[in-house]
Order: sequence, then structure tokens, then C-alpha cells
Amino acid sequence: MSRRADPRQRSIVTPEGLTLTFTLAGRGARFGALALDLVFMVLVLVAMLLFLAFLAGGLANLDTQIAKKNAVGQAIQFLVIVMLAFIFLLRNGWFLFFELGPRGATPGKRITGLRIAARDGGRLSTEMVLARNLMRDIEIFLPLAAMGAALGSDASEAFNWVMAGWFLIFALFPFFNRDGLRAGDLVAGTWVVEAPRRKLEASLSTAPAATPAASGYAFRAEDLAAYGEYELQTLERVLREDQDSAMEAVARAICLKIGWTPPGGHEVRSFLEAYYTALRAQLEQGMRFGKRKADKHDAGGTP
Amino acid sequence: MNTLFDSLKSRFSREAETETGDITAAALRSDRFRQAREGDWKRLETMVSAMEKGRLSRLSDADVLELPVLYRTVASSLSVARETSLDAATLAYLEALVQRAYFLVYGPRDSFTGWLRGFFAGGWSRAVRAIGLDILIALAVMVAGATVGWLLVAHDPQWYGALVAGETTRTPTATREALRATLFGDQKQEALGVFATFLFGHNSQIAIMAYAVGFAAGIPSVLLLVQNTGNLGAMLWVFHQKGLLLDFIGWLSIHGTTELFAILLAGASGIHVGRAMAFPGGHSVMASLAAAGRRTAPVMLGVVLMLLVAGMLEGFARQLINETPARLAIGGAMLVFWLNYFFTFRGRRT
Repeated sequence: MSRRADPRQRSIVTPEGLTLTFTLAGRGARFGALALDLVFMVLVLVAMLLFLAFLAGGLANLDTQIAKKNAVGQAIQFLVIVMLAFIFLLRNGWFLFFELGPRGATPGKRITGLRIAARDGGRLSTEMVLARNLMRDIEIFLPLAAMGAALGSDASEAFNWVMAGWFLIFALFPFFNRDGLRAGDLVAGTWVVEAPRRKLEASLSTAPAATPAASGYAFRAEDLAAYGEYELQTLERVLREDQDSAMEAVARAICLKIGWTPPGGHEVRSFLEAYYTALRAQLEQGMRFGKRKADKHDAGGTP
Repeated sequence: MNTLFDSLKSRFSREAETETGDITAAALRSDRFRQAREGDWKRLETMVSAMEKGRLSRLSDADVLELPVLYRTVASSLSVARETSLDAATLAYLEALVQRAYFLVYGPRDSFTGWLRGFFAGGWSRAVRAIGLDILIALAVMVAGATVGWLLVAHDPQWYGALVAGETTRTPTATREALRATLFGDQKQEALGVFATFLFGHNSQIAIMAYAVGFAAGIPSVLLLVQNTGNLGAMLWVFHQKGLLLDFIGWLSIHGTTELFAILLAGASGIHVGRAMAFPGGHSVMASLAAAGRRTAPVMLGVVLMLLVAGMLEGFARQLINETPARLAIGGAMLVFWLNYFFTFRGRRT
């Protein structure tokens, strides 16, 4: 509800004809989500390896035993197979598993408040999630490996640097387009959006003291004509944050504008609630007649 | 008539009161609107939260059936609220709630296991058939690569070192016995399972890469195919030189028909994506690319499964079966199986 359109906002029209506005995830948030996921993956891997090492702990001389065709050798072989399979599943399945779930987000994305969605506003299909995660290898793991190879080699190894540069194009893809799409998003037709979760807050205008009659304040039409929707929302935010100093400052500013004597002490909040309710009533009434008043500079006549 | 008039009158008079700002609690129309519907909103929120946590079992069937209805109710609340309410907190709550419910109502139609069932029962074959042209292109590239590898080494064995890097035993100068020993014998090799698992992981990662780099107009996928089959062609020539061609093919085919088929499909998928990008036709590049990605994703899941089978064959069967005819028979049977599954099996329609 900002006054200027956010460049990261994208709208889709649902089959019911309702326009839903999504905010694209910032690149920083996405990088943070990725970093969190990688940390979680490493933690899971370490836990699994410790567990396997604990299981194998009773079996001495791993390197010589593994080649033996006795029970010990078989047991260790089995553990190694479990480990290899687990690493493969972790590397390729982590993102897949979580993004296929009802939240459409990995743990990292959940923490950073993101989820994936189909770019055309339709259903998010299994194929899309598969496609976007098949690309992940050349976007994360190979660029990292190539950079490692380039940094580890002699300066003369130009080939390694060329490879690293080529893979970096994939890694840095989100910086080359307006929607912040990575190669996987492009191939799958998905994007990453913010997934807001909000609690239903109590209504300010139904507080017992909020109604002008109960509070004893009587505002004239010109008192309420001073402000628009933007100021109403600012006032709502100040009331919800409930900071005494901020509320006093706002009450003083309002009183100065409408020529009242500023209230003090306990009266500040009840004055603001009453003014908020009256102003909202006024502006909502205008809305019903197709007249909106965006802010205090707006004459209020535009539909 | 009179009662109707009275009720209308009372409505309008109450309206007039609102406008003078002179009534009691929930004076605002938008607040009364909210109070009347809050129950539905809260109920939808509870359901959405439970479903997001994957706790479908906690919801009754009636609730699950009611989700779309409730979603539409709340969506209509939102569109009314947008036009009549200036309560920013309530609007933000409704926007977020409708978005969450939207993702559930229009989420994946099937569970992943349900999708997998469809995948095996025809989805996989359909996906492979959908990229038939690219499979032909990739096959041509692979045959050309192998031929070029063979011809280069036949022309000048010096090429072998360039084509097959780091190979020390299977070289043009190796004796027949040394070459034969690489094909047979290793029955006592240990840790076959570990070997098979390693092969599977390694090959899958390469196949996924061959697909993913197709994103760059398909050229890297083609190059990877050429490189791998060039290497294969050179080896074929080396064994041919010493009269071991059929044995080598047997050694290769037991898992190779599956593995090379998987590589073919991965390369074809990469080429398909690259082609969609370079020649989007009547669509935008973005739309064309996204459609190609969705078409090839199931093929690639299949490729990983095929490589799992190939890894098992390579790790176990090849080490345990030491005769060329048996190896050829298994390899041939696998090839017939895959061809049948992909091109004649129609499966059930979804």
C-alpha cells in the first residue's frame, strides 16, 4: 500500500478474477536463504557421518577390513554405500524435497520468508520444481569447484580461469535480469516471491474509547479534510506501535494543523484513536462514492 | 409495503447517523463488514496453517472439501475490503491469507508419490517421445563423435593421448594380454556395491551437468557428447587392433546400453532446452524455455534412474559375468527393454 508502485511487485490474476500482488524476493534474501540451506545441508551431512562413524566405531582398521570378504568387510561396505547414496540424495534431493511440499520452500527460504511460485500464476507443478533444481548444479556447485580450481592453480592456467568465468555467468545470472531469475527459474518458469504471514490485528476503530461519542471529541468536517489515506495509515502504524513519544508528536502535529490545543498524558491515545476513527469514517465514506484522497495534498475529488 | 418502507427508512437513517459520526461500537461499515466475516477468515487461517505444516490428517474431510469454498469467500472479502476499508492491518492480513490459500488451492494437484506413479505408468515414456527429434540429433552427434574418434586414432595413434586423457593401461601400445585382462578376470574384485554406488553418483552428476549446460543454446551439451563418444571411438579402435572388438563391446554393453542410452537422453534434453532458447518460434524466449524445461525435467529424472540401473549392472553384473555372449545378451535385453518402454509402451493417459 505504498504510494509509489514498488518495482519488485508483480501482479497475477487468479481464476476467480482477483488480482493478487506478489513481491519478488530480493537477491540478498535469496542468497541468505541459499546460504542457510547450505549450512543446514552441511550440518545434516556431518550428523550423518558422525552417526555412520559411530556405527563403524566398533570395527577397527577400516581400510584393511573393507577389502575383506568377511562380515566386517560387508558391514563397512554397506555403510560406505549408505554414505555415498546419502551424499547424492542430499546434494540433489534437499531442495527438491522441500520445494515439493505445501509451503513451496526449503528451510532456508522459510526462515527468510520466501517461497517459489509459477511465473504465469498457474499451478506449481512437479516438473517445474524438478527443472529448477536440475540447474542448481551448474549454478552453485560447479562454479564453486571451478573457482577453487582456478584459485588453486598457477596463474598460467588460463583455461581454469576461462572455465571459472563461464560458470560464474550461471552463478551470477540473477543480476542480469529485472526479475532476479536464476537459470533454473528461467528453465522451469518459476520465480521466488515473498511469502508474508500475518496475524489478524485488533481493529483500532472498535476500541471502546475510539468512537467520537464515547471519547467526547467532536470533529468538524474541515478538521477531517486535512489528511488523506497516507496520513491515516501512518497514524494507524503509530497507534499500533504504541510509543508514547511518537504518539505525542503526532497528536501535536495534528492539533497544530486543525487548530486544536494538543492533549496531554492519558488523553493523547484516546484523542488519536478518536481522530483515527473519524478520519477513517470520512475517507471510507468518500471511497464508497468513488472519491479517494491519497494524501493531504490530494484535493480528494479524483475517483 | 409499509414494512418494507420502514426497513428501508431505518437502513438509511442508520446510514445518516454513520455519516455524522455519531453512534456506538463498530460504527464503521468496514468494521461491521470485518466482524461479520472474521470467523471465516480465522477458520481459513487455521486450515491453511495445518495444511502448510503437512498435517492434513488433522483436518476432517469436510474441512478439506470446504477449503476452495472458504478460499473464494475470503478472496471476495479481500476484493470488497480493498474498495471499502482503509484498515491497513486488516488488508495486509487478508492479502497474505488469500495468497497462502491460493498456493494451496492451486498447488500441485498430485502428491509426489502420485506424480511418480503417473511417471512410471506412461509419463516417462511420453516425455521421452516428446523430444524425439532431439534424440535423433543427439544420436547423430554421438555416432559422429565415435566415428571421428575411431578415424583419428586409426589415422595417427598419437591422437589417443589427446582423446583419452590419463589412460595408462588401455593404450595402442599395450599387448593383447594386457588389454584382455582389463575385460575379464576381475572376479575377485571386492566391494562391488561401493563401486556401483560410486559409479552411479559420478555418472548422474555428469549427466545432470550435460543437461544443465544445454541452457547455453545447447552447444556445451553437444560438445560433451562429442568428447565422450570420441573417447569411446578411440578405445574401440584400440581393442579392434588387437582383435578384441567384440569382447570390448560385450564388456561395455552389459551396462553400456543403459548408460549410453541415458547419456543420449541427457544430451537430447540439453539440446532440446538449447533449441527452445535459440529458436523460440512463435513464443517469447522465456515462455519457450520454460516449456522446454518442464518437458525435459521428467526425462532427466528418468536418466538418473537409468544410471542407477547402469551403475548396478556395471558394479555387479559385469564383474560377476565373465563371458562375452552372456554380457551381450544382458546388454541387448536391456536395450530392447528400454526401446520398448519408451517407444511402444503407451501407458495410461493422465
